[in-house]
Amino acid sequence: MSVPAAALSIRGLAKRFGSKIAVDGISLDVPAGSFFGIVGPNGAGKTTTLSMATGLLRPDFGTAVVHGVDVWAQPLEAKKLMGILPDGVRLFDRLSGEQLVSYAGLLRGMDKDVVAARVGELLAALDLSGDAGTLVVDYSAGMTKKIALASALIHAPKVLVLDEPFESVDPVSAANIRDILDRYVATGGTVIVSSHVMDLVQRMCDHVAVVANGRLLAAGTVEEVRGGVSLEERFVQLVGGRVQTEGLEWLRTF
Amino acid sequence: MVAHLLRLKLALLRNGLRRSPWQIVGLVIGGLYALGIVIMCVAVLLFLRLQDPLIAQTVVVLGGSAALIGWGIVPVVAAAADLTLDPARFTTSAIPMPQLLAGLALGGLIGIPGLATTVVALATVGTWSRGVLPAAGALVGAALGLLSCVVLSKVVTTATASLAATRRFKDASALAFMVPLILMGPIAAGLTQGAAGSGAFLTGLARTLSWTPLGAAWSLGGDLETGRAGDAALKFLIAAATLAALAWCWKLLLERALVTPPYAGSSRRTGGRMGLFALFPATPTGAIAARSLTYWFRDPRYSGSLVAIPLLPVVLAFQGSQTGNFGVIMVAGPLTAFLLAWSISSDVSYDNTAFALHLAAGVRGVHDRLGRALACLAFSLPTVLVLTAGPFFLTGDWEWLPAILGLSLGILLTGLGLASVVSARYTVAVPLPGDSPFKKPPGNVAQTLAVQFGGMGVLLVLTLPEAALIIVQAVTGDPAFGWANLALGPLLGTALFVAGVRLGGRWLDARGPDLLAQLTVNR
Repeated sequence: MSVPAAALSIRGLAKRFGSKIAVDGISLDVPAGSFFGIVGPNGAGKTTTLSMATGLLRPDFGTAVVHGVDVWAQPLEAKKLMGILPDGVRLFDRLSGEQLVSYAGLLRGMDKDVVAARVGELLAALDLSGDAGTLVVDYSAGMTKKIALASALIHAPKVLVLDEPFESVDPVSAANIRDILDRYVATGGTVIVSSHVMDLVQRMCDHVAVVANGRLLAAGTVEEVRGGVSLEERFVQLVGGRVQTEGLEWLRTF
Repeated sequence: MVAHLLRLKLALLRNGLRRSPWQIVGLVIGGLYALGIVIMCVAVLLFLRLQDPLIAQTVVVLGGSAALIGWGIVPVVAAAADLTLDPARFTTSAIPMPQLLAGLALGGLIGIPGLATTVVALATVGTWSRGVLPAAGALVGAALGLLSCVVLSKVVTTATASLAATRRFKDASALAFMVPLILMGPIAAGLTQGAAGSGAFLTGLARTLSWTPLGAAWSLGGDLETGRAGDAALKFLIAAATLAALAWCWKLLLERALVTPPYAGSSRRTGGRMGLFALFPATPTGAIAARSLTYWFRDPRYSGSLVAIPLLPVVLAFQGSQTGNFGVIMVAGPLTAFLLAWSISSDVSYDNTAFALHLAAGVRGVHDRLGRALACLAFSLPTVLVLTAGPFFLTGDWEWLPAILGLSLGILLTGLGLASVVSARYTVAVPLPGDSPFKKPPGNVAQTLAVQFGGMGVLLVLTLPEAALIIVQAVTGDPAFGWANLALGPLLGTALFVAGVRLGGRWLDARGPDLLAQLTVNR
């Protein structure tokens, strides 16, 4: 049933935490070579869905397949294909930045010299060379995000899954990261990013999926989904929840 | 406004308890412990009412001075100061300074240490309830002393806030705190011995302290009882001036702290230093071993045990010197082997959600287990060998060396194997990364206790063969059994080590995501 050209194909993923249904049956195909955005309000289930699709969180129902490899049946093979930047997890932050990225490479069984060369290039590209020897625990939030991104890129995966990659990253670094990702997609890689910055997703991605309350509301190319209006307007239409700004008159009584 | 701040403090306390019933259990246990100490102190103070005023005065002044010093020091070294009413959080609220000071000071009395100190301080009124005047003096003194305690702790925490926010200071203070904690037994014994032999010295010390800011407040009752009203008046001035000076310092520091938030920066370092990663083979197992070993030195939650190990023989030797029987020091080797091996049983819990990297990278379970175990073995093997052989230079019972050596190696290897299994399956409540090793960890205390004691019980069973040979040697006196143990310990230990690493690895492969989900709860 999965589209042959799908880089990531998820079917009926669902997860319940206690009495709260975090993800309520999401099916989605991410075409190979696409720059795919997943947008949704806070608590929509983006992180839970991506964790289940990447083998970090066991789903209650459903499957995830990466380039034809079932993530939950053959986890080691599937993880070789993926580079993952999870949101809200800690890092081994008592390593220096350089040590952490090398560690990520060595864990994947890569050759020592290849790792050393790639770590140098990655840190330079992400403007972290000056802090390569600083412990990650002493990094700022944006630098921590960048070093985690470098750890996800080190083994040249076919599919990149990035959960909130631009959060607290400064505009210059964000532009650098976008360049890296654009080039990566241009050479055939697939990028999946989650974000709640609509503007960014509209400019950066070619495909988008809108998720709210654990359900998929719309998916397709950015043009299809936004249908003439801006992605932000379309998103607000789909998700709802806008409050008419009546009341608060006292706010103008200063 | 003061009442608001107090209500806020109470609400924070209550909501903290609501997070899990185990928080309440923790508070009850802490409360009972404090209650025991408080009842003891109060009983002593009321008993002193019937004693010679000089003795009562000495005890009250020394105790009061110690309390003041304690309130000044503990918040710094424990690195777990109560920041629920952190002044920095009130920056935007524009609360008038006098009310903020009063609210924060009184808020400092809410909580177990504050309540305990309050009750004990008020008990000194009981000590001096030999007349109206001494009792009134003691009451005023207790109020002054109590407020000085709280304000002093606030001065110290505010002054060191920006210092304490730096990681290096936190790490160092946590490690420095280990030393007196472990040596507490010998230190306490030494102090009581010294104190017992020099009653006159203590009386003199108390008299001197009563003229200093430390003891002045606590001496008012005693001076009025012995009819030295003039002295009491002067000491009241000293105590009041102390409190005023502390409050003024605190106000200055607070005013500065409110406009300059703590800065926790550190210097930049360029790369090129791969550290232990350069020494270990460039394989997943080698990388994990290098990472684990790096943490043993850099993370105070691990390196705390490294500080404890060299102090262990000191404590045991002290025990030996007390009883005159140095045989007990022979357990240094096996005990160290057990402590070091068992320390990796909570390895994954210490990783916390950083473990996601291993999962995302698709590390095979057996590589994960082996890397962690080898890192621990790399330094614990030489340590255990030295600590096993060392005591025999003191005792000279060389015929026991092979047996104890076999037992130590058996415990070390078996323990590492078992710990590899335990940490692959169960998470335990440990301090979070970056927290002080002494901070009460979040999470399920019952499971932690069950896992720890259950695991230790299994380890006991697994090392029974070695222990049996020791007993046989003790009964028959035949050293051949010792040599047999030297062969059995490493052989059986290695077999169990390999089995543990493989079983743990298989479990980790099967249950890695579920383990991460458990860790996420305690994030």
